Amino acid sequence: MTQTTLPPVEKTQPVSAPHGTISDRSKAERKLGWLLAGPAFFVMLAVTAYPILQAVYESLFSYRLTDPDNRSFNGLSNYWVILSDSLWWTSLGVTLLITVVTVLVELVLGFALAMVMAKALKSIRPVIRAAILIPYAVITVVSAFAWQFAFDINTGFVNRWFDWIPGISADTDWFGGQGTSLLVICLAEIWKTTPFISLLLLAGLAQVPEVLQEAAKVDGATWWQRLWRVTLPNMKAAIMVALLFRTLDAFRVFDTIFVMTNGANNTESVSFLAYRQTIARLEIGLGSAVSVLLFLCVVLLAAMFIKGFKVDLAQARGE
Amino acid sequence: MSNRRRRGLGGGAAALVLASSLAACGSDDGGPPTLTWYTNPDAGGQAEIASRCTDAAEGRYQIETAVLPRDAAGQREQLIRRLAAEDSSIDIMSLDPPFIPEFAEAGFLAPVPEDLAERVTEDVVQSAIEGSTWNDELVAVPFWANTQVLWYRASVAEAAGLDMSQPVTWDQIIAAAQDQDVLIGAQGARAESLTVWFNALIESAGGHIIEENSDDPEDITLGLESDAGRRAVEVMRAVADSGQVSAAFSTENEDASATGFESERGGFQVNYPFVYARGLGAVEAGSLEQSVVDDYAAAVYPRVDEDTPAAPPYGGINLGIGAFSENVDFAYEAAECIVSEENQAFYFVNDGNPASKASVFDDPEVLEEFPQAPVIRESLELAAPRPQTPYYSEVSGGIQREYHAPGSVDPDSTPQTATEFITAVLAGDQLL
Repeated sequence: MTQTTLPPVEKTQPVSAPHGTISDRSKAERKLGWLLAGPAFFVMLAVTAYPILQAVYESLFSYRLTDPDNRSFNGLSNYWVILSDSLWWTSLGVTLLITVVTVLVELVLGFALAMVMAKALKSIRPVIRAAILIPYAVITVVSAFAWQFAFDINTGFVNRWFDWIPGISADTDWFGGQGTSLLVICLAEIWKTTPFISLLLLAGLAQVPEVLQEAAKVDGATWWQRLWRVTLPNMKAAIMVALLFRTLDAFRVFDTIFVMTNGANNTESVSFLAYRQTIARLEIGLGSAVSVLLFLCVVLLAAMFIKGFKVDLAQARGE
Repeated sequence: MSNRRRRGLGGGAAALVLASSLAACGSDDGGPPTLTWYTNPDAGGQAEIASRCTDAAEGRYQIETAVLPRDAAGQREQLIRRLAAEDSSIDIMSLDPPFIPEFAEAGFLAPVPEDLAERVTEDVVQSAIEGSTWNDELVAVPFWANTQVLWYRASVAEAAGLDMSQPVTWDQIIAAAQDQDVLIGAQGARAESLTVWFNALIESAGGHIIEENSDDPEDITLGLESDAGRRAVEVMRAVADSGQVSAAFSTENEDASATGFESERGGFQVNYPFVYARGLGAVEAGSLEQSVVDDYAAAVYPRVDEDTPAAPPYGGINLGIGAFSENVDFAYEAAECIVSEENQAFYFVNDGNPASKASVFDDPEVLEEFPQAPVIRESLELAAPRPQTPYYSEVSGGIQREYHAPGSVDPDSTPQTATEFITAVLAGDQLL
């Protein structure tokens, strides 16, 4: 059996005006477009482009916030300091690990929850949707504290409840080692953001044409076959957008680590490194360089998704 | 309703809002100046002192408090960023002593008038004066002085045959704890408290984290590789490996130490005086037996070597006056009121935070509330501050990275790797 998707629809190009010239009407429309979108465009420039450019500029200086008089230009040496430091590479590895683990688990869990939300009985659907979305409504710092308290050796209940599992006892110190710390960090992240991914996937599920499902049913396809051959291929765009958003988000993980381990036991993420240099050490130059590298990583990830997986953001919006 | 009328109404509402907010701005000018005192979170004592000093000012100024983040590092981050932007709303700040050199060096503290400097250091314990001094000049007003003591269960020490009337060493405590199978509490978490512990150990062994200080970060010479530095690591490792620490020793902070001390296995801990007030609170709340708190006793911080007196940690809060404040004179006047003997005694009793003025320790009310007051005073006289440098967060951050977890430090290698690491961070060649 092959995958079943709807045939692509040719996008029609406007042919109202002869090639090369712009009609008065489309000129007016373009002007109106600028008038409507312009203010938002400039606000975006002011709040995102300006700080990014400022960070790029600052990253070329040796500059300590408490010692502005000794600020000096040092070219790319901040980048050299960072890239030749094993701490940067450890943090990058930890960040990638957290990203890959959380996004994969969230994708599977999120899809299951989306199915539940979509297929649940009409009478309980609103309740189920609200219940599933609650973790996403919780502030990350609060959820991090809640998970920390749960796993804490003094205040937590996890050790007591799960001591029948081999390896867990009343004395298990979850935040005492890298592996266990990362496990709790990932669990908290997954709990918190799975609803987000399932919400995006729910939108994708709604786009799968019911006719295809029915046709597959008539052909005698099993539930599993319909899932793999009909549902998933038809919501590829939604899956990719969900993956893209969550990956970019997961890559910037900060709050949970800050609350749970404060970077101990090699659990620092790249964002945490940027915070430590900029806010704690007040080394604006070095910290800006870390931020710029973080920004480049995120751009690279986004480009990989859009080019590599051919994510069409317009398609996801149903255009 | 027509469109035009609706617009007219909306415009009217906007004008009304604008007018009322302008009026709100205008009312600031009339009354006496308001001083803002940025305080660290406490049990309400500083807010009460602020209102007492507002009354004492008889309408010339009033003091408002604004609460800073919970931990000292967060307090520093918030204050220093605002001061770097020359925030004039910062009049009085409750500062943790290790950060005072950084603030002073950056020019964020208004100079202390000479006559006032004399008055506010009168009868003040030496460690609190040192903690408010940078480059031989008083730059902050000593407020309250904290120190750690050795808390022990009198019954445990007696059963182990430990003579607590004499100074004890870490080795003796480890042996006694093993003998009685009780917990030793110390702060092994990767946080400022680890630097506090390590600094007390190296100072007690006769060394210093910073051997030769300098304003230029690249000229700072560290003393971690000295004999005292190695000895400090040995003690740290011995405590961690004693088998008598909590299972979560590598994440143990002051609160966790206190929790362990309150438990059935509680035996010894090095911790701040708040432990006693906390125990009394737990009795009141019904979660702790009165007999447990009755068993609490305090002695001077343990020695590293038998013949060298201990150097307990020094902490507390001193008051800095913002350099960009518009009311520096009033702010100093207010600071002098805040640190008065009467207010320090009130703060000691109300919040459990020991005074920096020695005479307060003789106050009968204080003695009644805090039977350990004489031990605290003795500790404060012995206490050694953490390294005083404008680059304190680099030094402390480096210590926290290299000396954590206490169970993995090695006297032969840790001092060297830590020295190399912190030196590279100070030179700007490495990330922290």
